[in-house]
Amino acid sequence: MLVHQSTRGCFKEYFIHKFRAMLGKNRLIFPGEKVLLAVSGGPSSCSMLSQVQEGLSQNAHKKLRFLPGIVYIDEGGAVGQSVEHRRRTVEELRAVFRATGFPFLMVPLEQVLDLPSSVVLSAPGAPEQEAGAYKAAVDHFLLSDGSSGVTAGQQQETPPPEVQEAHTHSLQRLLGSARTLTAREELLNILRQHLLVHTARSAGYSKLMLGDSCTRLAVKLLSSISLGRGAQLAHDTGFSDSRYGDTILVRPMRDYSAKEIAYYNRMFSVPSVFTAGLDTKTADKSSIQHLTESFVIKLQADFPSTVSTIYRTSEKLQSCKGSASAGGTENASAFSATLISEQLSQTKSPGESRQAPEWTAPASQCCSIVGGELCGNRGGGGCSSAKASEPPPLRSLLCYSCQLTIKDMSSEEVLPQYILSEAERRLRRSQLREEIRDFLLEDEADEG
Amino acid sequence: MPVLCSSCGDKRAVLKRPKTGHSLCKACFFWAFEEEVHQTIVTANLFKHGEIVGIAASGGKDSTVLAHVMKLLNERFNYGLELMLLSVDEGISGYRDDSLETVKRNQEQYELPLKIVSYEELYGWTMDAIVKQVGRKNKLHLLRRVQKAGARQRSPHAKVDKICTGHNADDIAETVVMNVLRGDIARLRRCTAISTSSEGEGVVPRCKPLKYAYEKEIVLYAYFKKLDYFSTECIYPQCLSWPCEDLSEGPGERQA
Repeated sequence: MLVHQSTRGCFKEYFIHKFRAMLGKNRLIFPGEKVLLAVSGGPSSCSMLSQVQEGLSQNAHKKLRFLPGIVYIDEGGAVGQSVEHRRRTVEELRAVFRATGFPFLMVPLEQVLDLPSSVVLSAPGAPEQEAGAYKAAVDHFLLSDGSSGVTAGQQQETPPPEVQEAHTHSLQRLLGSARTLTAREELLNILRQHLLVHTARSAGYSKLMLGDSCTRLAVKLLSSISLGRGAQLAHDTGFSDSRYGDTILVRPMRDYSAKEIAYYNRMFSVPSVFTAGLDTKTADKSSIQHLTESFVIKLQADFPSTVSTIYRTSEKLQSCKGSASAGGTENASAFSATLISEQLSQTKSPGESRQAPEWTAPASQCCSIVGGELCGNRGGGGCSSAKASEPPPLRSLLCYSCQLTIKDMSSEEVLPQYILSEAERRLRRSQLREEIRDFLLEDEADEG
Repeated sequence: MPVLCSSCGDKRAVLKRPKTGHSLCKACFFWAFEEEVHQTIVTANLFKHGEIVGIAASGGKDSTVLAHVMKLLNERFNYGLELMLLSVDEGISGYRDDSLETVKRNQEQYELPLKIVSYEELYGWTMDAIVKQVGRKNKLHLLRRVQKAGARQRSPHAKVDKICTGHNADDIAETVVMNVLRGDIARLRRCTAISTSSEGEGVVPRCKPLKYAYEKEIVLYAYFKKLDYFSTECIYPQCLSWPCEDLSEGPGERQA
């Protein structure tokens, strides 16, 4: 591609500026803060890595001022790659990461099976900052050690953790229990996110940067609507996601289209390593996510403003806490309609009149232990002497979309222990609360 | 080994419900479908006793099923409503003429009064005449807008307290996707509402009793009940709703 020198220069400036502007506009990352970059090896996240390098370099105009680290989640086990293939990919990426000088972690996805149940809880984060705090922090930082610049953490070479075959098999069994590719992809996304958050937390990073591009987020928005995740759209596709409390997820690449990133990477030789995903080389209609992706890309070809319009739509979305519908129609929601249908299709003798099904957890709540809004309830669940003899009704704790994912699985038993034990804890707590409900003076609105 | 109905466990199942995947016999399916519409009407408080309700009838499957179910539920549960069929003649040759014949037949079958309002009557123009003047592109877009205006204007001619339309779950799903693609936040906010509140003088509130019914189930209902309806593609198709309909044909169980 023959591009005139000055055009290259302008493009580079524009590209870099957008990154800086996105971070500057949102004022979420404070000087000296530890930020973990989630790099998958794909073009978008590698571009993000190179932007961070650019921004932190000494001669950058208006330097970025945080302490970056890198994490790579090796998902080879999930897609059935050989040990040798995985090792090769890891080595290639190591070389890339080493060159940046930032500390990095290579984490196999199998580790998600051993996570503590605290990962799905929201932990108390930094206290709410007032409006002027960001500016004050920057000024303070400049005064204290401005000229010496930010020194990244020491790059330590830790040998990659050995992945046990049994572990890989458990992971594959977990993903394999999902009968549809749609459910499998959702499950994988959730597990990956949990592992990322856990890694960030245990290594002391308060921010997690994700490399989702505008195109990716547009697809995510549309497919989330189809998956029943509409209520969490603002969190899932917005610039920041603070549901985990102490670890905030940010998406600085959300203003870049996949095409722009591809051009930039090509022109300025940004290294990236291709890793196959679950839906690589599958048919268009193999999963809702894949179908949506082809839909958007095809539409974009005829209507070039598609992706940016969807992006603008996502910017206008806000998350709402608790009940979504107003007016006298709270009971008439699509959610309760699906419940009614379920019941009506399974009851005996149509002659009797039926009541609307009892729903113990309020339908309006989106309290999900697998990635949705989390309640602020911490502390151990009470020890209930009357323990239920049946397996915990996990689904009652999940948001609509996660319920559908679990429904597609052949067995709930294969879920990682941290999810099952957290579910049990919440159910015990909920039973406890039922027992003493009449004596509680305050109604804890966001109890899950 | 014949599959038994999962509801009564007695008779042989003749269909698999698109909505839940359960296998049901005819009677149980009818009952479940009707009961769900009844639940929708009751929980959303769509009607009041004694109201005059106009059923927007185009002769298509949605409005035929709507008319049938509304009449049935009105009698079964004593809603106390006075029902009538309302139809609009846009003046699109080959499309509307045949469907209007179907509506007239519906009127006889369901024994409901019928009022037809034509564009000619309302505006002095037929759709075909407009297209001849303006050209084919984006016609459906225009049609929808004018239809809505027509619906609002119908009331002085027909004296109804409320109008109910046959919008189903698939329609709502497509509308949501379309509004996201258009970036129309205002419409996105309103489009899933089951009923419109009164918009002012002379404008009749509208509601969608079939809002949670899947399109496929409506077709199954019409098929097994042997209802009479008219089905053809509109001749002015160049608009955004087409790709959206295509999208919802996909692995679409979770949609809507």
